[in-house]
Amino acid sequence: MEKLNQLISTAIPLDIENIDTDQIIPARFLKSIDKKGFGENLFRDWRFQKNGDINDSFVLNNKTFSGKILVTGNNFGCGSSREHAAWALTDYGFKVVVSSFFADIFKGNALNNGLLPIQVSDFFLKDLMKDIHEYPNTLLNIDLENQKLIYQVKSLEKITSFEIDPYKKICLINGYDDIDFLINKYSAIQQYESQRVIIY
Amino acid sequence: MGKTLFDKVWDAHVVETIENGPQIIYIDRHLIHEVTSPQAFSEIEQRNISIFRPKQIVATADHNVPTLNQHLPIKDELSRTQVQQLEKNCKKHGIELWGLGHENQGIVHIIAPELGITQPGMSIVCGDSHTSTHGAFGSIAFGIGTSQVAMVFASQCLLMNKPKSMRVNVNGKLNKNVFPKDVILYIISKIGTNAGTGYFCEYAGNIFEEMSMEGRMTVCNMSIEMGAIGGMIAPDETTYQYVKGKEFAPRGEDLDKKINFWKTLKSDADAKFDLEYHFEAADIRPMITYGTNPGMAININENIPISKGISEEKALKYMGLEEGQKLSEIPVNYVFIGSCTNARIEDFRVVANYIKGKKKAENIKALIVPGSYHVAEKIKKEGLEKIFSDAGFQIREAGCSACLAMNDDKIPEGEYCVSTSNRNFEGRQGPGSRTILASPLTAAIVAVEGRLK
Repeated sequence: MEKLNQLISTAIPLDIENIDTDQIIPARFLKSIDKKGFGENLFRDWRFQKNGDINDSFVLNNKTFSGKILVTGNNFGCGSSREHAAWALTDYGFKVVVSSFFADIFKGNALNNGLLPIQVSDFFLKDLMKDIHEYPNTLLNIDLENQKLIYQVKSLEKITSFEIDPYKKICLINGYDDIDFLINKYSAIQQYESQRVIIY
Repeated sequence: MGKTLFDKVWDAHVVETIENGPQIIYIDRHLIHEVTSPQAFSEIEQRNISIFRPKQIVATADHNVPTLNQHLPIKDELSRTQVQQLEKNCKKHGIELWGLGHENQGIVHIIAPELGITQPGMSIVCGDSHTSTHGAFGSIAFGIGTSQVAMVFASQCLLMNKPKSMRVNVNGKLNKNVFPKDVILYIISKIGTNAGTGYFCEYAGNIFEEMSMEGRMTVCNMSIEMGAIGGMIAPDETTYQYVKGKEFAPRGEDLDKKINFWKTLKSDADAKFDLEYHFEAADIRPMITYGTNPGMAININENIPISKGISEEKALKYMGLEEGQKLSEIPVNYVFIGSCTNARIEDFRVVANYIKGKKKAENIKALIVPGSYHVAEKIKKEGLEKIFSDAGFQIREAGCSACLAMNDDKIPEGEYCVSTSNRNFEGRQGPGSRTILASPLTAAIVAVEGRLK
């Protein structure tokens, strides 16, 4: 997994709530047997019109906005467990997603792929969304070590701290994953197996 | 303080608790399918890790398979490759696969219970969010991502923080024509699609106690639609009777020993939940959805409500509906009866019982997709097949089908489909399709009447 510690980037505001993983990557694009190339179909049915032409009104097609940070509405990533949603976002180039709420499975999938989900308050999100719309060149500074999101608008500094599981934080900063951890626990796992009373 | 049902099952699966960190949770059964497993196999192969406990894994092909002519090679090249990859991977790693043509094939959440693989007190995972279905047996069952599929391959374990606990109580007497699907749609419409995020949910009260196992599975199946990691119902006599005698169920002394253990699997009277809801059964009516998430559901006699916020306005626009509109005015042309939510034999009996001697309306295309080969066989044996075909319904072979439209079973753009599945997201049943979720009875009525009634 790629390491992530600090990121300074502009952001793309996608002001929609309850974005489910079927929108992030529709099921008809899940037929691949590897992890690459899903970025092409990220938000497919919103980015493109029915005839295949680009949908100019969708924010990812708006040249005003760019960056490695997606700022999006409440309850992002609900629905299907497909990790393809996280792969599509990272393949497209996103490193961080900011929202006021994430669905559990998506959050786990993101963390397992070096994509940092940052949960902020509803108030902060609203303010951030407005600021990016008004000042699209605003640089967000994501400081994972200190768990802070900082940016400046008209020389006014705005800052919020965010939570992350301490174990997951170490994984992201060092590029470790759970498999590395678990395969070093075989003896504990075997001991657990041998001590069970009810065996399935 | 007493323990919840969830505490009891979870705690029994803790291998180790990492200081200031997550717990190592042991997984009893790992179910896999063609769509979310190939990258996990590649992951462990790249690291030269062998599968730790291949005998605790069961595989089937369901998401991406055709529901017509399953005996022929799959036409779609990408789908065929994915299904063949599953075959190769299972063969190479010594995993039991029930692929197309095998008598145990079907939707993963339908076959594991019907074969007795799912049992009370187990921990069960699958790379599919509707794994919560198996919680109907009092097991902890939840959907995982592909990285986690690889973790379970490598170690039969997952690293997890223990979720919070919630309980949804429904007591009283259900109204006529109210089915388990209506109960869960009602709950989600009341508490919202993210009320359960971070929680494991127990369903309690006489309504669930009196439900059949298949009804309980329908309820637990949709736990994820309110954001919960999983849902569960305490096992009881109904559960033991269902499991008993199934192909992979314990037998003899082993069964007796397990039943004695299963009897301890219920929340203690003084157990505390982090969150609790209470509902009156009498308030629940047959439900349908009108928006683009399962929480946007109303009782079938209501009109389309006033939108709350931009997201709901956007949903109504997508659905081509207007505030205050009568449901009977919606030009429904498709009915889909299938999916891991409602494709068990009891669902099809309900449908057959209603449509017997009737014909589908001319405007309606009605699709019946059994959840498994075994369900399909029962449909034939019980004479339901004739009832369906006499009524003009199409009967297909087992698979996920039009629930997520990965195969050819798609609803055309702009068309409305009354569906017994679990999600009404934009484009879920095909690009531009409009899904209206309902119970099998409601779907059957729409098929005959030609509109919502």
